[in-house]
Amino acid sequence: MTLRSVLLGMSSLFVLVSAAGAETLTVATVNNGDMVRMQKLTGDFTARYPDIKVEWVTLEENVLRQKVTTDIATKGGQFDVLTIGTYEVPIWAKQGWLVALDKLGAGYDVDDLLPAIRSGLSADGKLYAAPFYGESSMVMYRTDLFAKAGLTMPAAPTWDFVAEAARKITDKPGEVYGICLRGKAGWGENMAFLTATSNSFGARWFDEKWQPQFGSAEWKTTLDFYVKLMKDAGPPGASSNGFNENLALFQSGKCGMWIDATVAASFVSNPKESKVADKVGYALAPDTGLGKRGNWLWAWSLAVPAGSKKTEAAQKFIAWATSKDYLALVASKEGWANVPPGTRASLYANPEYQKAAPFAKMTLDSINSADPTRPTVKPVPYVGVQFVAIPEFQGLGTAVGQQFSAALAGQKSVDDALKAAQDLAVREMTKAGYIK
Amino acid sequence: MARRVTVTQKLGFTALAWGVGMLLFFPILWTVLTSFKTEAEAVASPPSFLFFDWTLENYTEVQHRSNYVRHFLNSVVISLGSTVIGLIIAVPAAWAMAFQPAKRTKDLLMWMLSTKMMPPVGVLVPIYLIFRDLELLDTRLGLTVVLTLIDLPIIVWMLYTYFKEIPGEILEAARMDGAGLWAEIVHVLTPMAVPGIASTLLLNVILAWNEAFWTLNLTAAKAAPLTAFIASYSSPEGLFYAKLSAASTMAIAPILILGWFSQKQLVRGLTFGAVK
Repeated sequence: MTLRSVLLGMSSLFVLVSAAGAETLTVATVNNGDMVRMQKLTGDFTARYPDIKVEWVTLEENVLRQKVTTDIATKGGQFDVLTIGTYEVPIWAKQGWLVALDKLGAGYDVDDLLPAIRSGLSADGKLYAAPFYGESSMVMYRTDLFAKAGLTMPAAPTWDFVAEAARKITDKPGEVYGICLRGKAGWGENMAFLTATSNSFGARWFDEKWQPQFGSAEWKTTLDFYVKLMKDAGPPGASSNGFNENLALFQSGKCGMWIDATVAASFVSNPKESKVADKVGYALAPDTGLGKRGNWLWAWSLAVPAGSKKTEAAQKFIAWATSKDYLALVASKEGWANVPPGTRASLYANPEYQKAAPFAKMTLDSINSADPTRPTVKPVPYVGVQFVAIPEFQGLGTAVGQQFSAALAGQKSVDDALKAAQDLAVREMTKAGYIK
Repeated sequence: MARRVTVTQKLGFTALAWGVGMLLFFPILWTVLTSFKTEAEAVASPPSFLFFDWTLENYTEVQHRSNYVRHFLNSVVISLGSTVIGLIIAVPAAWAMAFQPAKRTKDLLMWMLSTKMMPPVGVLVPIYLIFRDLELLDTRLGLTVVLTLIDLPIIVWMLYTYFKEIPGEILEAARMDGAGLWAEIVHVLTPMAVPGIASTLLLNVILAWNEAFWTLNLTAAKAAPLTAFIASYSSPEGLFYAKLSAASTMAIAPILILGWFSQKQLVRGLTFGAVK
C-alpha cells in the first residue's frame, strides 16, 4: 500500500513536471570537477531563464564520445549541448555536424577568449564551440625534493635538465621516483603526452604529403629518451599509468616531477587531497632548444549538435556557462581557485585570481605558447598539438599508443615499436586515401 | 580409517569452496569497502583493508548529484518488462521445439543462439536509425524491446532444456483427457516447469539489469537505467574511485538482495531438471 502510493505519487509528480511546458535542454558532459560544479550551479541558469529546463547526462569520456558520435552522425537529436574537445571541433564543424555559435548574446565578449583556444575551436572564422575550461601541460615538481638535491628548476627547463634532475631525485627504496609520465595506451593518454613531447624533439606524425614519419631519427630520439628516462627514474608499472594514476602517485608524495595537464595544479595544491600541497612548484613544459615546447592544448568545450531542435535555448545555456559572470559566480560560491581555468584573458588579469591560484601565470604562459595550427618544428598538413585533427586519429593514435606502451613495458624494443607504428600508420593512411 | 579421510576431505572441500567463494566475492566486497573511503584513501598504496576513516560522504554526494530513484525505476521496468515479454514469447516457442520437433528444429536453435555471437556494436547504427525514426530513443519501451530481443535466444534455450526433460506422455495424457493446446501449455506444462521458468526469469532479470551496451547507447536523460548511473561517475581528470564505488554499490544492491533471497530457486532451477 505504502509503496504503491509512493510510486503513484512519484509518477504523477513526474507527469506534472513534464507537462509544465518548459523547453528542456539535454546536456551531455563528462564527470570532471568543473563540470560537476556547473551541474550544481544550474539553478542560477534556470533562475535567469525560467522557461528552460536542463537535464544532465554525465558519462565516461569514451562512452560519451561514442554515444555522441552515433547520435550526431545519425542526427538522432538526443542532445542539445555537447561537451567535446579541441580534437572533435574542427572535424565535426567540417562535416556540418555543429551549429555555428552566433547567438551568444551582446554581453558575451568573444574577444576575451584566449586566442590559442579560440582558434582551436573555430573553422572558417566561425566559432563552433565555446571553451568551458582550457588546459595545456606543464611541469609540476616538488620544491622540497629539489632543494634537498641542490637543484633549481628554471622557469623554462630543457629535457636534459629534467632528465638529469629526475635521475638525481629518484630514491627507489624510499619509493620516490624522479618523474611520473603517462604510459597507458590511448590517443588521449600516452599519445597526448608523447605527441606533444615529440614536437619538442623536432618530430612530426606526417610530412606535408601525409607520409607517416615514425621512421625518422627524431621519433627514435624521442622514444629512446622517454623509455630510458622512465626506466631509470619512473615508477614501476608506468605503462599502465594515465592521468589519474599519476595524480594519485604525485599527491601521495611519490613523484619528484609530473608533466601533465595544467588543470592538475588545482588538485595537487589542494591540501584536502594532496599530501604535498604546499611543496609544489610549476614550470613550462621542457624543450630541446628547437623552438617548440612539449606542451599541449586542449579545451573542454560546449557545442550544439546540428540535430538539436532547441538551438537558441542551447546557445543561451552555452553563453551562460562560458561567460565572465559564470566565473564570478563560481568564485563567489567556491573561491577563485576553483574557477574553470584557461578560457578568458580577463580571468588572468584579475588580481584576486592571481592571488588564489599560484599556477595561474604558468597555465596562461603554457596555453599561449601552444599553437595548434603550427605545432611542430617542420611543417605539417594537420592541425592539433597533441593529436592530428583527422577522423582516423582516434583509432590510429590508440594503435600506435599500444606499441609505445609495449616499448615502455619492455615487451618490445624501441626500434620494433617504431617500425610497427610506421606500418600501422602507412596501412591506415593508405586505406583512408591520404597516400597511395 | 575411512571415516577420517572423509572428514579431512570434507574439510578440504569446505575450505576450497570458501576460498573460491571469497575469491569471487572479493571484488564486490572491495567495491563496498572503497565506497566508504575518501578519494585519497581509495587510491592509497598500500591500501588499508578495514582501518581507515569510514565516511558516508560518497553516498551523500551521489545522492545529491544523481536522481537514483529514476535510474532505479528505469532498471526495474526495463529488466522485468523485457524478461516477462520474453517469457510470453518463449514458452510457446520452446514448447513447439521440445514436443513437436521438426527436421530443422536443432538448426533453428543453433541459428537463434548464433545471433548472440555477433558483436552488438555491429548493428548499433541501423538500430539507432530505426529507433530515431520510430521515436524510441531514450524511451523505456524501446529498451524493453531491444533487451527482449537480445535475451530471447537464451530464454528459449533454457526453457527448451527444461521442457525436454518433461515426459511427453504427461502432455499426451492431458490431451487424451480433452485438454486443448492452450490448456495443455498453461495448466499442465507451465506448472510442471515452474522451477525452470522461475530460474530463467531470475537469470534474465539479472542479465537485463546488468546489460550495459544498449542501455548506455540508446538512452540519454529519461530512460537511462542504473548502468548509466554508474558510468556517470568515471572521470578522465580527477580521482573518482570512491564515488564510483558508492554508485556501483547502490546499483548492485537491489539485484544482489534479489539474488540472495532467490538463491535456492536459482540454484535448483539451474542444476535440477523439471520433474526430479
